[in-house]
Amino acid sequence: MRRTRNSRTSPAAGSALYRALTGWTFALPFTVLFLLFTAGPVAVSLVMSVTDIRSADLLDPLGVEVVGFDNYVRLFTDPKFVRACVNTAVFVGVGVPLTMALALAFALGLNSGLVRFRTAFRVGYYLPVVTSIVAISVVWRFLLQPESGLVNELLSAVGIQGPNWLNDEAFALPTLIVMAAWRNLGFAMVIFLAGLQAIPRELYEAATIDGARRWAQLRHLTVPMLAPTMLFVAVITTIAYVQYFEEPFVMTQGGPLDSTLSMAHHTYNQFGFGNYGYASAMGYVLFVVVVGLSIAWFRLLRNNVDR
Amino acid sequence: MTGERGTRRKDRVARLGLHLVLAAGLVVMVGPFVWMVLSSFKTESEIRQVPMTWLPDEVTFANYGDLFARLDFPTYFTNSVVVTVFTTLTNLLFCSAAGYALAKLPFGGRRLLFAVVLGTIMVPNIVTIVPLFVLSSNLGLVNTLAGLILPFAAQAFGVFLMRQFILSIPDDLLEAARIDGATEFRIFRRIVLPLCRPALATLGILTFLSSWNNFLWPLVSATTEDTYTLPVALALYAIGQNRTDYDLLLAGSVVVVVPVLVVFVLLQRHFVRGIATTGLK
Repeated sequence: MRRTRNSRTSPAAGSALYRALTGWTFALPFTVLFLLFTAGPVAVSLVMSVTDIRSADLLDPLGVEVVGFDNYVRLFTDPKFVRACVNTAVFVGVGVPLTMALALAFALGLNSGLVRFRTAFRVGYYLPVVTSIVAISVVWRFLLQPESGLVNELLSAVGIQGPNWLNDEAFALPTLIVMAAWRNLGFAMVIFLAGLQAIPRELYEAATIDGARRWAQLRHLTVPMLAPTMLFVAVITTIAYVQYFEEPFVMTQGGPLDSTLSMAHHTYNQFGFGNYGYASAMGYVLFVVVVGLSIAWFRLLRNNVDR
Repeated sequence: MTGERGTRRKDRVARLGLHLVLAAGLVVMVGPFVWMVLSSFKTESEIRQVPMTWLPDEVTFANYGDLFARLDFPTYFTNSVVVTVFTTLTNLLFCSAAGYALAKLPFGGRRLLFAVVLGTIMVPNIVTIVPLFVLSSNLGLVNTLAGLILPFAAQAFGVFLMRQFILSIPDDLLEAARIDGATEFRIFRRIVLPLCRPALATLGILTFLSSWNNFLWPLVSATTEDTYTLPVALALYAIGQNRTDYDLLLAGSVVVVVPVLVVFVLLQRHFVRGIATTGLK
């Protein structure tokens, strides 16, 4: 029915033009800002990554030379960058499953129908998500102090001598991973709760009648039904963790001995040194990693949904 | 009879255990914030004291006074408020208008625009930092508040959210208004925007949060103290020579965190609903 509008005789031509103009009028403010500050820089960054542009070249753009893939080749012979890649891989590889497992466990507990004060729990668990990572990092730096920190005092109360969490090469990265899980599990939990509530009750009743025990129900009913939600949480958490930056910036400055240096942190440092072309190449590698991991999650969990 | 009573007792034990585990989790989640707020009222020597204390022995407001006397926290606070308010308002306005155009107004280049928007949603901030900085310095935006607002004034995620929501508004409703002679602008203001209230609430909340807590770009772009936002000031203070001023750091963290906590606790229903719905779409 609505299609006839286009074929109307007299106002049609004027109307189509009018529609196109109003369409662009509505889209224009966004489009200008978006192209200038988001889409443009994404494209320019790719161009910069194949040049030797440095901060000094801002005054003399003609001094910039195209160097092809030199920056990318240099990246993978830069031991600091390789170290940053390994650290980021560990951060994502351990942090994402840890966060999701904890979030799912708490969501299942809250959703079991046995719990009172659900709102209070939900608000409490969500609290760290809304707060500034910088402020959280400052507070945790206090709590993790080797001598006077709360964590080690609690440990010593049960007779354990706590380590120097942030200054020990072996403990610094795991500590940051646990902190990230602490901060982000509330977000995943809320999404899981919404997903759990969307599973029809009858399915559980049917499973109970068929004699399926709790664990079997979780494995064969809840987890498969939750797969689309898990996909969403996995992608969002992965994208966030690949870029982790604030925690090491405030708490460890990438140390000790680069053991917490992340890809984003290393990129930021190179930008700070004025190596713009090199930093752009690093940023692009990070971008490719984000896209690659997202596609991998889609493959993994979509297959799970179809089965 | 006895069997039933047995299951009931088992249920009660399970319920108690579950509450204990969840409560322990709650203490771990909320404890650091409680400690932060309480300790911001302690003297510096008490903060360093071993064994540590929860409640301050002697309550002092000196730490907050120092934020004003030794640092320029009112300026950082004002900067954060200005940047957050403008970023949120511009996103609500521009993203809903563009979302309406992308969902309901056929115009040349619409598909291409939407494809580019989708393509940039996942781009990490760090990727665009270098060209954005070069652009900003050419436009004279470095060390200005406008330079902190404009790059985030119209975000791809916001347009995506608004477009998806506006798609669900029936065409017939808009068409009826058009037949009655309403202009597109009037339709947008009188029909589309009121119907979009839930989506606008979600977008407003998410933009408010990400803007208030935003760190990487302000760190790069605001290099003079008069343009620092709260997170930048706190982070630079925490890693600088003053990193041992425990009292100041804690009071500063409270100033960064508490406004968000207040807004969150007051609006928590909207937060959770909004975030859960974006997750399911």
